[in-house]
Amino acid sequence: MDIEFSPEDLAFRDEVRAFIAENYPKELRGKQDEGDELSKEDFLSWHKVLAKKGWVAPAWPVEYGGTGWTVTQRFIWSEETARADCIRLMPFGLTMVGPVIYTFGTPEQKAHFLPRILSGEDWWCQGYSEPGAGSDLANLRTRAVRDGDHYVINGQKTWTTMAQHADWGFFLCRTDPDAKAQEGISFILVDMKSPGIEVRPIITLGGEHEVNEVFLEDVRVPVANRVFEENKGWTCAKFLLAHERVGIAGVAASKRGIERIRQIAATELDGDKALLANPFFRRKVAELEMDLTALEFTELRTLAGEAAGKGPGPESSALKIKGSEIQQRLTELTLEMAGHYGAPYFRGFGEGDNEHPIGPGAWANRAAPTYFNARKTTIYGGSNEIQRNIIAKMVLGL
Amino acid sequence: MDLSYTETQDMLRDTLARFLADTYDFETRKKMLDRPEGRDPGIWRALSAELGLTGASFAEEHGGLGGGAIENMIMMEELGKVIAIEPWLQTVVIGGGALKAVGGAHADALIPQIIGGDAVFAFAYAEPQGRYDLANIATSAKGDASGYVLNGHKAVVYAAPWATHLLVTARTGGARADRGGVELFLVEANAKGITRRDYPTVDGFRASEIYFENVSVPGDALLPGGIDLIEALVDEATMALCAEATGVARKLLEGTVEYTKQRKQFGQPIGKFQALQHRMADMLVEAEQIQSMTLMGTLRLDLPTDQRKAAVSLAKAKVARSIKFVGQSAVQTHGGIGITMELGIGHYFKRATMIESQFGSADHHLARYEALTLPA
Repeated sequence: MDIEFSPEDLAFRDEVRAFIAENYPKELRGKQDEGDELSKEDFLSWHKVLAKKGWVAPAWPVEYGGTGWTVTQRFIWSEETARADCIRLMPFGLTMVGPVIYTFGTPEQKAHFLPRILSGEDWWCQGYSEPGAGSDLANLRTRAVRDGDHYVINGQKTWTTMAQHADWGFFLCRTDPDAKAQEGISFILVDMKSPGIEVRPIITLGGEHEVNEVFLEDVRVPVANRVFEENKGWTCAKFLLAHERVGIAGVAASKRGIERIRQIAATELDGDKALLANPFFRRKVAELEMDLTALEFTELRTLAGEAAGKGPGPESSALKIKGSEIQQRLTELTLEMAGHYGAPYFRGFGEGDNEHPIGPGAWANRAAPTYFNARKTTIYGGSNEIQRNIIAKMVLGL
Repeated sequence: MDLSYTETQDMLRDTLARFLADTYDFETRKKMLDRPEGRDPGIWRALSAELGLTGASFAEEHGGLGGGAIENMIMMEELGKVIAIEPWLQTVVIGGGALKAVGGAHADALIPQIIGGDAVFAFAYAEPQGRYDLANIATSAKGDASGYVLNGHKAVVYAAPWATHLLVTARTGGARADRGGVELFLVEANAKGITRRDYPTVDGFRASEIYFENVSVPGDALLPGGIDLIEALVDEATMALCAEATGVARKLLEGTVEYTKQRKQFGQPIGKFQALQHRMADMLVEAEQIQSMTLMGTLRLDLPTDQRKAAVSLAKAKVARSIKFVGQSAVQTHGGIGITMELGIGHYFKRATMIESQFGSADHHLARYEALTLPA
């Protein structure tokens, strides 16, 4: 065993670091520093830089456009992008539907969709949750009925993240209403420009428009857009959820988050001293680092298992639970740092509004909305209650 | 010992609760927030001039009902239940508290105006560098022939855009963190030299950054009492805030229990799941403790200074932790819908979050308690 990077790994790290420094979009950096909301084009600008370089989907098999990096290299990549404060790439194509398509899709589906995911040409969204099917996802009622070589889809999806930008969506639909809950579901790719689709915004507590309701009324979709067998979509869904849970740990981003807290707290005042000198505050930073380190090494062990050929199993639920809790605590500490200046509600610095932030910086005014927003991390991707159920059932055999 | 309310106190609570039930439903409140001024001034008029409720904690000689901190507690708890966007804390508790403390001509002139709804107060005490230390004040008050001249910047002053009067902490002498030299000033909100930057707050209030540039005030604008008076006022306000938390926590708990009875997953109401039942049981325990600590601190406001401070700090630290638990648990139990603007629960959570740190976080108050009660 060896936890240190090899000389090759270190050379790779330097290469990655230099690439990011030279190629990360400068306008994007500016907007992030100001705390601006990011547009679709902003999200895509970094995606496209990476697509051009061939680094946009490190985890994909090489034959479909992956990088062929080792697990260590992928780890370095996520560390370095977080360290440089790069935005997170939208996961719906790259880490969700992409792997489903290259694992379960037809040659035609692979040839058509995978390159467009890599290039950023198609923006994807995820049609899973429904008003009556949240934690109980298999209870979904959206129906897809065969009509010749088409499905006709009717139903309603909710919490559909970034659907307002989406070109395509992957939807779980019931194709056999008589089957047991998990059976009779199919995994269908839907062109979001199809007639009969309506996307309505849901505004969350910080004032953001991230999630949507999606209404489907007699939406016609070619049967050729179904991935894997009819009524076997739950296989794809489970595969995807297990993958989603790994990325959801967000270790590298949380490390960067702690780094930022250290920086800000070193200069923000608490009376006549730096906030970081406050014994209560520094203890919380230390505790957070303790828990994050435990999570990091748990993830490394999972990655090592993956490299040895074991797919992510139910253990990834542990990563999701701890990762999401740590993300929330980071936002709690940031709100604490803001002090009184956590209260002003001031959205959208920039975007035609040149007013300066209220108090020590945009970070302070964003602290409360970010804290509110981060409550989602223990709810989405299978709530943490569901993750505990998975551990109890699948790992402990209870 | 007697922890029961008087008939008059019960009546006050009922009157306010009934009025708020009629006027402060979720949709109406949302519409108030969307108004340019961020509230419906008619509500304040009704609470004051029409119903006389703002007089509950003032002496009868000023037109009040003769109550005090208990009455403030009752009212704040009810206001918390509807997350009212009303300047009660700033006007009745802090403004009224200062006037009661100093008495004299100011009290005779302004208390009737508070009761009648004509005077609205804002409390400009925080500064960008000071966090929760009330004595860390850079705003200066220099004496001159006609009184004082104020210069400085006050941070996040709740209710300032609506205020007719400001209570401002400023320094007449001493270094920035010295307790000596800090004084409380009564300033008309439209005094020459005051500029404001107004904004909404995340919990639906309106607040301002206030800049004082050579603002001249008469000599009697200084309300005598210094930092001791300011601390006493903030302690009283802190307990009123805890009372508000009591109401907020009750509603977070009620709303969550109600939701889990309606919401079905896996073929049954989610309230049937033991994991959620235990969490809601814990929410109830915390909500009860918020109420207990509110009562404890309120009843001890009259104790000698250090005992009062220790009691208030213990109460606020506990309330801050408990309201955080109740708020976070309410959202988690609701799932995604708890993070949207669509249900009341999210709005209560936002207010709960701001209550946590208003007038000092749990850390701040535990440190103050330790300093007062534990030998070094």
